[in-house]
Amino acid sequence: MKILQYILLMAFCGILLLAVVELPPRGDLNSPVHQKVNPAGTPVAGSYYIQNAYKDAKTPNMVTVILADYRGFDTMGETIVVFCGGIACFFILSRHRQRRK
Amino acid sequence: MSVISENNMLENNMPEDDVPEDDMPENNLNVQQSGESMKSFTTSPIVHLTSRAVSPFIILMGLYVFFHGHYSPGGGFQGGVLMGAGILLLRLSLGVTRSQAILPTWLTLRLSALGALIYVSTGLVPVFFDGNVLEYGFLPISGVEPEYLRYYGILFIELGVTLTVMTTLVAIYDDLLGY
Repeated sequence: MKILQYILLMAFCGILLLAVVELPPRGDLNSPVHQKVNPAGTPVAGSYYIQNAYKDAKTPNMVTVILADYRGFDTMGETIVVFCGGIACFFILSRHRQRRK
Repeated sequence: MSVISENNMLENNMPEDDVPEDDMPENNLNVQQSGESMKSFTTSPIVHLTSRAVSPFIILMGLYVFFHGHYSPGGGFQGGVLMGAGILLLRLSLGVTRSQAILPTWLTLRLSALGALIYVSTGLVPVFFDGNVLEYGFLPISGVEPEYLRYYGILFIELGVTLTVMTTLVAIYDDLLGY
């Protein structure tokens, strides 16, 4: 059984390595993600962000603009998840409630 | 009868910030033993001085990372984690009771809720001024162009994220110790 696991692991490793070999080089201008329209015919969001991030928000770091402005709803969910984690830890771990019973 | 029990419940639901340290429960021996070393403070002066000297710089670095998120890698999450780490260093070396001055335990979850509230309210305000949710260009501040309103809107929500992340880390640490 363990040998089977190793064989499966090697197979997945090989698949991933094949995928990595097939990736376009970093910074390649002709790769699909750097076009305005991808091969499926839909516009690529990244080119819009790269061209308009500074114009829209006057913020040089476009990652921040995407994180907090274009995709602000997603970050709001992340913040609320963090807050919910704190609340859950309070209710599960805090010993005040047990002591007062 | 019911009145008495209600009174008891009111008594029992007192706020948690006035609990003296010495009435911790004795029933859970395992937790008690494992938590004892974390609750007490070290007596080593080297650890004390080093942690007290380093922690303000860590918090300052966190503030820098938070405010410089517009221009360099960084932002609310990273800055909040750094500031929380600076506070947790004091919590580790001085003990929870002695490091209450920098961030009291009762304040942690309230500040965390305040951070989430800052984010959500910054997102909801533009709805009442012809905008969509989280469209900071419609924030009602006169005399500022919409681009710069988005700039400051990003700063506001990063402030909320920083508050939430920083205080939640400290709150989880304090909860683990049973405070």
